[in-house]
Amino acid sequence: MGNITFVEHDGTEHAVEIEPGKSLMDLALDNGIPGIDADCGGECACGTCHVIVEGNGVSITGSASDAELQMLDLTPERADSSRLACQIVISDAMDGMIARLPEFQM
Amino acid sequence: MTKKCIIIGASHAAAQLTTSLRQGGWEGEILVIGDEPHLPYQRPPLSKAFLSGEKTAEDLVIRPATFYQKQDVQFRQDRVIEINREKQTVTLANGEELGYDKLALCMGSRVREINLPGCNLNGIHYLRNLADAESIKNNAAKDQHAVIVGGGYIGLETAASLRKLGMQVSVLEMEPRILKRVTAPEVSEFYHRLHTENGVQIINNISVSGFQGNSHVEKVVCADGSELPAHLVVIGVGVLPNTELAEASGLVVNNGIMVDEFCVTSDPNIVAAGDCTNKLSKIYDRRIRLESVPNATEQAKTAAASMCDSQKDFTTLPWFWSDQYELKLQIAGLSQGYDQIVVRGNRLTTQSFAVFYLKSGQLIAADCVNRPQEFLLSKKLIAENIAIPPEQLEDDSIPAKEILLRIAGKSGQLTFT
Repeated sequence: MGNITFVEHDGTEHAVEIEPGKSLMDLALDNGIPGIDADCGGECACGTCHVIVEGNGVSITGSASDAELQMLDLTPERADSSRLACQIVISDAMDGMIARLPEFQM
Repeated sequence: MTKKCIIIGASHAAAQLTTSLRQGGWEGEILVIGDEPHLPYQRPPLSKAFLSGEKTAEDLVIRPATFYQKQDVQFRQDRVIEINREKQTVTLANGEELGYDKLALCMGSRVREINLPGCNLNGIHYLRNLADAESIKNNAAKDQHAVIVGGGYIGLETAASLRKLGMQVSVLEMEPRILKRVTAPEVSEFYHRLHTENGVQIINNISVSGFQGNSHVEKVVCADGSELPAHLVVIGVGVLPNTELAEASGLVVNNGIMVDEFCVTSDPNIVAAGDCTNKLSKIYDRRIRLESVPNATEQAKTAAASMCDSQKDFTTLPWFWSDQYELKLQIAGLSQGYDQIVVRGNRLTTQSFAVFYLKSGQLIAADCVNRPQEFLLSKKLIAENIAIPPEQLEDDSIPAKEILLRIAGKSGQLTFT
């Protein structure tokens, strides 16, 4: 078992236990992380679960799909390692990953 | 003494409301009363990923039981039959009365039922709840005939999902074109063609006069005398807001429970959120009742703030989405009242285009098929009332991002609100 840490824009940290197979968005929702709106419930339709992946997460989470990239491309706080949390499936290998939350979701 | 909040309806709105209440500092009791044997779950996938088998009932749960336990939120499967605003109580089906300090109405909507000969035969379904979707799924059988009554989004999504399951699908639409109530002819034509190409038969200008079969439906009879074989029928002809309880308690109801900008009803101790409400849209400057998840979520946040004695309106531009086959349609805004249509991209030869709806030169809505950037651009243009020349919207050689950056150049920064 390991942890993924969500960091809010103001620096507040939330370390939560990894649940393999779940999406990063669901993990955030299930743990009540503020700052993930997830309006569409994980359909890659709304862009409101933007996270910036740090730590060892970048290589492990893989790359964004075309649809995801197009959504992210217009995100104001876009970074190189931006992802939509609904499109990341959690694995044990993500222990220690940091998911930074933007100030505003779309 | 701790305060008690009762939420009626274990819905999308309720799931958000409980979370936002705790985040907003509500320390009292929270009790959610719903009539289904489930925690709040995602409804949109019922006609899509759930029906086609890509998601299970477990996948649909918005938040797990452990989350609500941690937040000290109670659930009770029951039905409220009366609200007594003077005594501040709700009465359950067994006569039990529960007191509240604050009450939240998140009762959603229910399907519009049709009353035609044979409408109670087995195999005839509506689609609103998990139980509905489960019974449709159980009744679906490869190569058998399915007839969908109503060519709206629910009907078309169901058609696409049943097609994926290998059924022979027909869609019957009373109007001259599918999606007539919500889209321009250009979009209706596209989806008509898409479904036809995927083997779905769409028949416009046809009304159903009844259903025939022994105990299980066998055929659908139309007003023009034609008959269609049917092993499975799904009726999708719209929904009605659940407002009867509110109305009986004396709350002001007019096509939805009337709420102010902070989702407070005509009783200061009662808020309402989601499909069952009627709220003023500042963007469109008229009262509207919306049937959508983002609306339920935003109104729930707004209602929670009101219950925690702070006033903040979280509602934004209405938006919707629809998945059919591999295509994602994202809809920004409400197109009613448009006087001009601008199409970006080729809707005849590609499966990626956007249709912009303008009124007096201002963008009021957009239907974006596999065009997420145009969708995000439209949300911003409509919400902030920014005018873009129609020629630019139409010109597919100017990327949506560039239009956004041009606007940002004028106002100084690229932000979404």
